[in-house]
Amino acid sequence: MTMTMGTVDESQRTLYPYVTGSSVVAIKFKDGILMAADMGGSYGSTLRYKNIERLKPIGKHSLLGASGEISDFQEILRYLDELILYDNMWDDGNSLGPKEVHNYLTRVMYNRRNKFNPLWNSLILGGVKNGQKYLGTVNMIGINYEDNHVATGLGNHLARPILREEWHEDLTFEEGVKLLEKCMRVLLYRDRSAVNKIQISKITEEGATVFPPFSLKTYWEFAAFKNPTAGAEGSW
Amino acid sequence: MTKQHANWSPYDNNGGSCVAIAGADYCVIAADMRMSTGYNILTRDYSKISQLADKCVMASSGFQADVKALQKQLSARHLIYQHQHNKQMSCPAMAQLLSNTLYYKRFFPYYAFNVLGGLDNEGKGCVFTYDAVGSYERVGYSSQGSGSTLITPFLDNQLKSPSPLLLPAQDAVTPLAEAEAINLVKTVFASATERDIYTGDKLEVVILNASGIRREYMDLRRD
Repeated sequence: MTMTMGTVDESQRTLYPYVTGSSVVAIKFKDGILMAADMGGSYGSTLRYKNIERLKPIGKHSLLGASGEISDFQEILRYLDELILYDNMWDDGNSLGPKEVHNYLTRVMYNRRNKFNPLWNSLILGGVKNGQKYLGTVNMIGINYEDNHVATGLGNHLARPILREEWHEDLTFEEGVKLLEKCMRVLLYRDRSAVNKIQISKITEEGATVFPPFSLKTYWEFAAFKNPTAGAEGSW
Repeated sequence: MTKQHANWSPYDNNGGSCVAIAGADYCVIAADMRMSTGYNILTRDYSKISQLADKCVMASSGFQADVKALQKQLSARHLIYQHQHNKQMSCPAMAQLLSNTLYYKRFFPYYAFNVLGGLDNEGKGCVFTYDAVGSYERVGYSSQGSGSTLITPFLDNQLKSPSPLLLPAQDAVTPLAEAEAINLVKTVFASATERDIYTGDKLEVVILNASGIRREYMDLRRD
């Protein structure tokens, strides 16, 4: 086979994902960043894994959330572990902040797309360092930006309109969690690959915490949910 | 077996419009701050303008990741230039560098549509306009990006610049005063925002003149 670009063989490239995680939603709040994701891992439309952690603390000041190919995400975590370790070995008291980690991810993702061998993810990176809150995102072709609230996948369609309505600069922790729960509930109802086992994590100047998984209260007793074809009966 | 998934593409179009106008002793460079993909707005506060040298500013639309890579490449090249020559690169020199940088990736292009504006060595306003693979031209004004089809004819009509075919060559800089040019830029963006879904949210205007660089912002429609 003739190669036109790069050095990776066609068969070694990620042409489509295998096991995927769905949306991640993240916001800034008064003291830092809050992030939410469910724990499902889909194999196509099969719910293959039900306990996958997609929110991970990175170094001292950052928190990473990922949707997309789970194996690529775990590879990225290995890259970051190495990055943090090698930086730590300088032993100069410096540490990489969220801005630096996000910029690194941006270059890794863009570099892999240039080799036509993408890491099949949308990543969200949040953190706090020296009183500065940071929240950014990058996807598999290297598009990246910062904002006060970000979301990946279907979260862009379903969660961000809610966040644009209700987010404000001085949300308390409790208000922030409530807002994220509202977003995750909409995603749970309308994203078929979402599951009702959710993790929320927080990062502030004091460090990162990933809270234990929990379920959202749902209500499925609406008439339209019980009999969705009412008023649209077929001829049979 | 039938095709199960869309083929992966290394490109996206994140939209946005850029305008630059050159005057006798000033240059106005402007771009909106919306970043989109498809029918989604990703963010309403993303600057498409990058200052490459003291008197040289680039506004870029197209694929954000490529634009960012291009800006980084040019900044790095300009840093080297400063170390080697102990001065700022001139705007016409940066214009040539941008062209070469784009053409260097002729067969895997940067999907970036740029206008470069600044002041030349005589302090006169200059505008350079590009395509994605590096062909460029010095003009009196230009517009690039998703709203260019709406903006260009508007500027043509308002600025009536002399034909580049005229002999002897006529100066292409616009006869407008600085304040008039800024006003015109704000008007064309307000108009483009009405019809182009990829343009909106906020306008960033950079003004270069003898006294330095200045920025202005104006809100645009957010729908």
